[in-house]
Amino acid sequence: MADKHINARGLQCPGPIVELFKVAKAAEAGDMIHIEVTDCGFGKDINAWCKKTGNELVSLEETEGVIKACIKKC
Amino acid sequence: MSSKTIIMFSGDLDKAMASLIIANGAAAMGDDVTIFFTFWGLNVLRKAQKIKVKKDFMEKMFGAMMPRGAGKLRLSKMNFGGAGTGMMKSIMKKKNVSSLPALLESAQAMGVKLIACTMSMDVMGIKQEELIQGVELAGVATYLGEADNANVNLFI
Repeated sequence: MADKHINARGLQCPGPIVELFKVAKAAEAGDMIHIEVTDCGFGKDINAWCKKTGNELVSLEETEGVIKACIKKC
Repeated sequence: MSSKTIIMFSGDLDKAMASLIIANGAAAMGDDVTIFFTFWGLNVLRKAQKIKVKKDFMEKMFGAMMPRGAGKLRLSKMNFGGAGTGMMKSIMKKKNVSSLPALLESAQAMGVKLIACTMSMDVMGIKQEELIQGVELAGVATYLGEADNANVNLFI
C-alpha cells in the first residue's frame, strides 16, 4: 500500500478530478491518495467522484481556502 | 461503467468549452464519452494550419469564413468583433482555466471518442486532412448507437 500525493492547487474544474482519475487509475487497491485543491467546488465534487468511481473518501478538510482530501483506492 | 454522449452542434467558444469540460469531467468519473461534431461544431475539430486540399469555389468560401480550429472560435455573446473573445481568453488564462485546445487534447488522452459528422463535412467542404488526428468519421447511426448505451445525452 502506497501513499500518493497530488498538488492540484490552482487548477480549475475539471482539472483536479482529471488529475485524481489519472493517479487513481494507476494506483493499486488500498493505496491512499492525498490531494490538495483550491477550486472551491471540489469539496462537493469529491463526494460525487468517490461515489461514482467506487473509491472511499477517508477524510476531507478545508483550511484557508485549500481543500485537502484523502481517498482510498478500492 | 456508464457512458455519456454529447452532440457538439455549435461552433461558439463558450459552448464548446462547456462541452469539453463536461466531457473531461465525465471521463474523469470513469465514463465512456462520445462527442458527435456536426454543423458549426465541426470547426472545433479543424487543424489550426491551412491544409492544401482540393475544393470547389463554395467549399473554399465556407472554409475561409468559418473558424479554423478550437483556437479560433468566438464567444456566442459579447464578441465585439473579437475584442470580447480576446478579453475572455485572457481572463481565463489568468484564472488558470484550461484553453479549448488543451481541453480537447486532454479529452483525447482520456479516451473520449470524437466523431465528425460526414454529412456536415460534405456540405461544408471540410476534408479529413483538415481535421485533427484521432477523429473518427461517421454518420448519425453511429452516434445513435452510442446514445442508446448512454444515460446522458446533451445537445450543445
